[in-house]
Amino acid sequence: MVESDLSIFLLALLAGAIRVGTPFLFVSLGECLTEKGGRINLGLEGILVTGAMTGYAVSYLSGSPWLGVLAAGGAGLCLGLVHGVICSLPRVNDIAFGIALILFGTGLAFFLGKDFIQPSAPMLPSIPLGGWSDDTRVRSALNVNVLFFIGVALAFVLHWGLRGTRWGLVLRLVGDHEDSAQALGYRAAGVRIVATGVGGFLAGVGGAYLSLYYPGSWNEGLSSGQGLMAVALVIFARWQPINCLWAALLFGAAGAVGPALQAIGIGWGYYLFNAIPYVLTLAVMVITCRPDRTLSGAPGELSLNR
Amino acid sequence: MSQLKRRDFLKAAGLLGASAALPVNLLRAAGGGDLTVGFLYVGARDDFGYNQSHAEAAAVIKQMPGIKVVEQENVPETVAVQRAMEAMIRQDGASLIFPTSFGYFDPHVLKVARRFSDVRFAHCGGLWEEGKHPMNVGSFFGYIDEAQYLNGVVAGHMSKSAKLGFIAAKPIPQVLRNLNAFTLGARSVNPDITTSVIFTGDWSLPVKEAEAANSLIDSGCDVLTCHVDGPKVLVETAEKRGVMTCGYHASQAALAPEGYLTGAEWNWVTPYKKHVQAAQAGEPMINFLRGGLKEGFVKTSPYGPKVSAEAKKNADAVKAEMMSGDFVIFGGPLKNNGGEIVIPDGTDYKQTAVELERMDYLVEGVRGQI
Repeated sequence: MVESDLSIFLLALLAGAIRVGTPFLFVSLGECLTEKGGRINLGLEGILVTGAMTGYAVSYLSGSPWLGVLAAGGAGLCLGLVHGVICSLPRVNDIAFGIALILFGTGLAFFLGKDFIQPSAPMLPSIPLGGWSDDTRVRSALNVNVLFFIGVALAFVLHWGLRGTRWGLVLRLVGDHEDSAQALGYRAAGVRIVATGVGGFLAGVGGAYLSLYYPGSWNEGLSSGQGLMAVALVIFARWQPINCLWAALLFGAAGAVGPALQAIGIGWGYYLFNAIPYVLTLAVMVITCRPDRTLSGAPGELSLNR
Repeated sequence: MSQLKRRDFLKAAGLLGASAALPVNLLRAAGGGDLTVGFLYVGARDDFGYNQSHAEAAAVIKQMPGIKVVEQENVPETVAVQRAMEAMIRQDGASLIFPTSFGYFDPHVLKVARRFSDVRFAHCGGLWEEGKHPMNVGSFFGYIDEAQYLNGVVAGHMSKSAKLGFIAAKPIPQVLRNLNAFTLGARSVNPDITTSVIFTGDWSLPVKEAEAANSLIDSGCDVLTCHVDGPKVLVETAEKRGVMTCGYHASQAALAPEGYLTGAEWNWVTPYKKHVQAAQAGEPMINFLRGGLKEGFVKTSPYGPKVSAEAKKNADAVKAEMMSGDFVIFGGPLKNNGGEIVIPDGTDYKQTAVELERMDYLVEGVRGQI
């Protein structure tokens, strides 16, 4: 009995890491890219919610969830570009504008999303990897969404791209030392606008995952701060795309701990367990953000560090 | 110079945010009339759940002659609800207010009610006590645990694993009463049945609800139900995994054509009308209003295609007893899940008993802790 409880618990953690972690992965990859260029986009939370709404609405109206994902990315791209362009104006603070973007994005999504709370939109398909097992639980846990694999592939591609391509080098240079980039003839503002736009695209796709796969419905309470937590996650991951993958899985598993423990009959302290992802975020911030030193791996032009 | 600009910018950003949030929060429904009635919801009005059940009834009230309805959704259970109620009273002239979420009652409704003694506050879910609470406040609620008991009876018949799952938001008396009634109903069919409960911590947390549903299904539960604001996520997740569900708040049959068994639904029109008519006629405030299946405060969803004839027969028989007013759900001797007696032998708590509205235990057969 105890052994089967333990296996249920571990299975829930594994499945949760993938199911709950995928939106974290996309948002954190987006944020990683943005921050590599020397900007912080706190508005990803708003972009995530807008993406979730857009994805759901387009999937419902067009009947194609993949079109929904694209539309969500497009909406994210637009909002990301807005952030990128406005923060390129002189003396605009990217953090303050990010907060405005959170309010704007969620407000816009709630307003436009009113009519889409009730209808059911077609969902994204998943790949059944658990066909080898007779256990329905294992099979269900290994029903993995295609977006997860795209996210994993993207983490590796970005890892390689940032190191091994000219484009990646330019982005890192702009993020690390704007003056040098200028001396070499690169326009920092343009590079950053592109990076923020692409970051927004990824966050929008993360939102579409929420509304089109897991939990798979559009509702105003859909995001519980995933967009903001992803910012902490990027710091935790030391601005490394592959570390973002592990961090996203860790945060996903942390989100699954609360329900999984109660399902096997451990009922005490569930408020505490439910708070684990947030506690983890706080702990990461406390440990890594100290005013007296710069983080290793942090882009030099980040307003956090200046 | 730079200071000034930054300040201007922050102002503009704030305005931008506010203008985006406003249209969501304020939804006005116009209509000429004497009595202005205000409704406040904690979530969206079409969430397939609690708020929808209220909004549907509010739409019926809106059709009544001489009524003007003001609605506001997404009002959190914080000081924000005080401001929202005050705005309804001062700006819209509302003289009857329905704050529909449990957490609005203490201290928010009580506080505002003391300041506006000529306005009626009909709160849904609270427990009004004479002498302690203002006379212009009333609480109404439905005994939906009757319908949850019937859910339990049907679930008890249909479950093959003898394990049921219940996703609960917060351990407050109404939620515990539903959970306990559901469990007692199922155990009246098969005393070996257990109900695993997962508390998510808040009324609407879709990711956590989906995670809870998956965890419960993985631990072997084959019929799920819930007490959260929007059962949509739970019902859809269960349907995807081929597990049966009992609905709550409103009918979710459309979301799960295969596995939906039956459901416990609200019928708020009945108490709303009583309060509105009392206000129109100038009668004293109805401070305490309760009712169940018999009084038409709650109803059950039609049976789904999977429900067996035997289950239907049993549930219908219990329902008939409830309609006649003789049925007792919480009768002694009743043990909690720690083995202690919570209702002694020979004591029967009828539905109207206020002891039941202070419920703070899980009955025998529930796997979980408060």
